[in-house]
Amino acid sequence: MGKVAIIGVGQSNFVRKYPGSIRELSYEAYREAMAHAEITNEDIDATVVCSAPEYDRQRSPAGVIMEYLGLNPQPTLYTESLCSSSSTGLRLGYSLIKSGLHDVVLVLGFQIMSQISSAETQERMGRGADIQWEAPFGTMMPAYYAMHAQAHMAKYGTTQEDLALIRVKAATYGQLNEKAVYRKPVTLEMFNDPAGFIGGPVASPLRGGDCCANADGSSCVILASEERAKTLCKKPVWIKGIGAASAPVNLAARDRFTGFVCAEMAASRAYKMAGITAKHIDVAEVHDCFTIAELFAYEGLGFARPGGGPELIRSKEVYKEGSIPVNLDGGLLSKGHPIGATGGSQIRTIVLQLRGEAGAIQVKEPTFGLVHNMGGVGIYANITILGRE
Amino acid sequence: MAKEQIDDRFKRFGSVSFVSISRVNDFIDYLDSGKLMGNRCTQCGRSFFPPRADCFQCRTNAMEWFEVENTGELATFTTLTYAPAGFEKELPYTIAVLDYGDFKVFGRTDPAIPVEELRVGMRMKSVVTKTSEGRLTYVFQKA
Repeated sequence: MGKVAIIGVGQSNFVRKYPGSIRELSYEAYREAMAHAEITNEDIDATVVCSAPEYDRQRSPAGVIMEYLGLNPQPTLYTESLCSSSSTGLRLGYSLIKSGLHDVVLVLGFQIMSQISSAETQERMGRGADIQWEAPFGTMMPAYYAMHAQAHMAKYGTTQEDLALIRVKAATYGQLNEKAVYRKPVTLEMFNDPAGFIGGPVASPLRGGDCCANADGSSCVILASEERAKTLCKKPVWIKGIGAASAPVNLAARDRFTGFVCAEMAASRAYKMAGITAKHIDVAEVHDCFTIAELFAYEGLGFARPGGGPELIRSKEVYKEGSIPVNLDGGLLSKGHPIGATGGSQIRTIVLQLRGEAGAIQVKEPTFGLVHNMGGVGIYANITILGRE
Repeated sequence: MAKEQIDDRFKRFGSVSFVSISRVNDFIDYLDSGKLMGNRCTQCGRSFFPPRADCFQCRTNAMEWFEVENTGELATFTTLTYAPAGFEKELPYTIAVLDYGDFKVFGRTDPAIPVEELRVGMRMKSVVTKTSEGRLTYVFQKA
């Protein structure tokens, strides 16, 4: 069975409020990915559409989006795994090609979050956790992640400043990303002002600057079989390893709160499939919906030992010049987090890195890149390893 | 209650309940009588909190109730200063996980406990109470 390549990537600008509908927003990422791949609709055999439901009014969005993109009568399917929806879409696309069913599959992720208020968004996100046993206590995503941060701090002595350093790094690179929502510098001093947006408390020990912002956005990744990729694409990027795992939704059913077991499991599956280890990874995009989530990724992906995450950010090894550059596109903390589009945006950044097209954030001749995309509070994990060969 | 009526007891749980019908609705009656209950599979003996109608290990629904007693260890917690829609008036509040060894309980700490006195690892107990609006719930108090 042949390999599977990524032959084109695209994303819309991630914005606070997109002045259009979901089909129009989806078109923006599609247009960029199609131009990048230099193909036409006739080359596409099937599509996978990805988003988290209930943020907009459209039911079964795959239909209207495919109509708008002129991709009828090809088959389309819809998937969701909360914030990891579009990397789940990638996994489905990979499977469709590996099975021999299709040769070229377009994976499109989108989300419009600005049609409802921030408190309503938190309520919907909270309902992505356990609505029977946890939501009645008033849960929300920042609070769940805060509970994990609290546990890590208690066990390893991690500090609020360690987490703040992750946001400072994100902002360093976010300023360079013209598609990001948040492009201003962030300093430790800003975290020390409890009256400010960055330093204001949200859910202890997390502060405003530890949290990513909601956004509207779309992403698009085009996959092809080895044979078609070689015909269609001069610089295919290959899917080397693809690992996924899940974990109990209810925190009461988890063994520990100092990491995400499903990400660790998905990573070990992806590394095994690719036949490499953490030390072979040259550049990574990880799911930093909250600063603590990036710290967990350092440890869960094997870039640091358990409890060793803070050292990695303090020593700046995760900066562009360091041994394992992480989130050089500014991450979710800078780009914003349009749930269903996020995974595709992360994949886009790593594909551009491996093709040498990453511009100001380009690392030197990477061989392997890794994408870590999580759904819910560590419920779903997709780890994807991409390579130039 | 007449037979044709819907058993929606679960809507009384917590500050805002998103579920009204469950096969473990008796949990609510126990809570109403001051008891926090988990349940246990009568075949394999595995304890569950929250309680569940079916054991996934034994594929049986032969479950028996037990009362959550004694103390647990505070596994983690957070104090919210921003809330999801529907909970704003209760701010600030602290949600937490208490580890009883065989099972864990997710809930809130007693608002009477100053936040700065909370420590991961401290011993606490679960106590059944009512919300300010008279809804059924439980809180964690110092052991």
